[in-house]
Amino acid sequence: MRFAIPIVLMLGVLALLGFGLTHDPREVPSPLIGKPAPAFALPGLGGTPPQLANADLKGRPVLVNFFASWCAGCRVEHPVLMQLAKEGIEIIGIDYKDTDADGAQWLQRHGNPYRVVAADLQGAAGLDWGVYGVPETYVLAADGTILFKQIGPVTEQVWREKMAPLMAGAKS
Amino acid sequence: MFAELGHFALILALAASLLQVLVPAYGLVTRNGRALGVASSAAQAQFFLMLTAYLCLTYCFIDKDFSVAYVAANSHSALPLMYRISAVWGAHEGSFLLWGLMLSGWTLAVSIFNRRLPQDLAATVLAVLGFISMGFLLFMLITSNPFERIFPVPLEGQDLNPLLQDPGLIIHPPTLYMGYVGLSVAFAFAVAALITGKLDSAWVRWTRPWTTAAWAFLTMGITLGSWWAYNELGWGGWWFWDPVENASFMPWLAATALIHSLAVTEKRGLLKSWTVLLAILCFALSLLGTFLTRSGVIVSVHAFASDPARGVFILSFLALVVGGALTLYAWRAPKLASEGELKLFSREGLLLLNNVFLVTACFGVLLGTLYPLVIDAFGLGKISVGPPYFNAIFFPLMAPLFVLLGLGVFTPWKRGNLRDGLRRLRVPALFALVAAIAMPFALQGKSSLVIAAGVWLALWTLATAPIELIKRIRAKPTFAAGLLSVPSSTWGMTLAHTGLGMWMLGVVCVTGYGIERDVRLGAGQEAELSGFVFGFEGVKESKGPNFVSDLGTVVVERNGSAISTLEPEKRLYPSQGSVMTETGVDVGPFRDLYVALGEPIDKANIGGDWSLRLYYKPMIRFVWLGGVLMFIGGLCSMMDRRYRLARAPATQRSTGHAEVLA
Repeated sequence: MRFAIPIVLMLGVLALLGFGLTHDPREVPSPLIGKPAPAFALPGLGGTPPQLANADLKGRPVLVNFFASWCAGCRVEHPVLMQLAKEGIEIIGIDYKDTDADGAQWLQRHGNPYRVVAADLQGAAGLDWGVYGVPETYVLAADGTILFKQIGPVTEQVWREKMAPLMAGAKS
Repeated sequence: MFAELGHFALILALAASLLQVLVPAYGLVTRNGRALGVASSAAQAQFFLMLTAYLCLTYCFIDKDFSVAYVAANSHSALPLMYRISAVWGAHEGSFLLWGLMLSGWTLAVSIFNRRLPQDLAATVLAVLGFISMGFLLFMLITSNPFERIFPVPLEGQDLNPLLQDPGLIIHPPTLYMGYVGLSVAFAFAVAALITGKLDSAWVRWTRPWTTAAWAFLTMGITLGSWWAYNELGWGGWWFWDPVENASFMPWLAATALIHSLAVTEKRGLLKSWTVLLAILCFALSLLGTFLTRSGVIVSVHAFASDPARGVFILSFLALVVGGALTLYAWRAPKLASEGELKLFSREGLLLLNNVFLVTACFGVLLGTLYPLVIDAFGLGKISVGPPYFNAIFFPLMAPLFVLLGLGVFTPWKRGNLRDGLRRLRVPALFALVAAIAMPFALQGKSSLVIAAGVWLALWTLATAPIELIKRIRAKPTFAAGLLSVPSSTWGMTLAHTGLGMWMLGVVCVTGYGIERDVRLGAGQEAELSGFVFGFEGVKESKGPNFVSDLGTVVVERNGSAISTLEPEKRLYPSQGSVMTETGVDVGPFRDLYVALGEPIDKANIGGDWSLRLYYKPMIRFVWLGGVLMFIGGLCSMMDRRYRLARAPATQRSTGHAEVLA
């Protein structure tokens, strides 16, 4: 009987991996969609001046991206964000549950696609925004309403099919 | 044209692998020697087809054929030739092709060197390898064909990931893959033992050199990877507990356990079913590593949806191969009875403990790697497991392992005398203790309990490693005769254990005494670190074949005399828009000085002040030197005469066989 233990263990691990494969966390609904972005005021990364608050996000559609230096998924979406920044899309970065130094180092190493980077080192703003895990990206309309929330990395496909039309629509 | 030729070669290789599985299987059932013999020919044919496919893809890269999608995605017209050749394994499709090529290479080697094995065993081993190869070929042809054409043909390629444009990355993946794939040979031998029901000391002597070879390559691959990360990532670290690193480290831990349990099985006929299980585990872990790094499940639970077909395929294949092997194990292993009894205080007993610690460490790493997935599966949120967890579980498990190593080389097989052992161990233990307390103070002027403990473990290992060697030399009347009588497996063991001690010494010193400083410097300014003065001479622009760079110059002085000039760089690769840090490192046997260029304080003015990171890394070379010694030790062990002698009697048998068949 004890010789069958390995196969039982393996089936457990396989079930887990199968779960990871099929489970799509993007389906988690966000109660904030269609509502104004929660109020927040954050310092810039590294304690640098550009304070960031709700008023700064109004007047044009923007992307708000929660990221962290410790987050592997952020590295996956990073090239896509870099490309978007190159195309002139305004992205606001919020460094979530991180340290100033690590966040700055990460941006230094991988490049900085953000117009402004705010530091949410304790994750308090993230809590208000309903951040479930980084990376998460919000599409905000000109009036500050949350139009869409992407849980997990932004892929080119997601951008093309879901976010770009919203951004274009919000502009007009 | 070459792309189509390569694609066609892959399809033919799939056909060859089918023959390699089905015909010997038929032969095994019907006891038909001629059918069994097909395994070798099919394996050899498959190797040449894989090689053709591989060379075709390489040619497409050299030829800058951007009509091949994979080439267009990973090459660029300005990419230097060396990197165009190494770009073949720069991304998903090509690295699987390399995997496949190496698997068929190992299979070819087995088919050549194992001509002297009993025919049914040799054919079964080859058939199992053929089955694995078949899975990977199907995977390539169905989900990730490297030869796919793209239309319209892009005028320019998207370039190779700049992270991979480094000499270290040219040899690192192939070496690592050699190790990964080599474990499939141990796996095939284990499955063959389960199928044929024969697991005697001859089987172990056939299996050991293959396993040791795979282990040696894995060691070297991991060492090179660590060296590359140190040079290229600019963080001064040599190990990050990244999921990709863990994917290679878990099979290494399991394989280390396996080479030791094989020793017990060979010498004492014990732990047979455990050895077989370990061999299956090793290969399962190397497949799991492939799955984790290739499916995106771990890199991010989210990222996956980009290509589900690949993950599903690898997972099903893993279930089939490993599940099949474990089912076979559950059914057949009870028959692999071990002879004799096992006393705890004997070499085999201590080796068993070594296995316990290694396998526990391996599962600890596995747990940390899979934990984010577990948490997610039970709806508890999302977390990332970082180095603190791994360091906290790994090092406490390693410490007893080092103590055991010293005890183990002292203790004879069968039964050791605890009191006698302890009496003789007093000298090295005390020597290590005195040195562990004195040495850090003498060299660095300060110490701590953790450092002293670490240095003790390292010196204890270094002091006990050559004991077997010394014993063998002393057994002969003259030193020269003694030296000649030492078998190469003893040299191998001594070297590998010495390497482990060196590694520990390096790790302790670099973690305990490494210094890191972030500074802001303008041209002409200086910063001081551990007695070294780093003079910054500013940054100028320079141009490489496919990048532009900000090239800094830092002159390092000590006591007024110049030691070295370092040139840290920040490279911009325009084709991918990414910035890479190239560090400037002054290498010394006992310390590295390491400078990484940060950012200009004023982005518009590169002539102004810059932020720089300075590191003083004592003994870091020992970390990799240890890895290299283990690699060389592995190669020595593999060459041992007795593995060749073991085949001699079998030779006559199989020649006899051939005559009957003829």
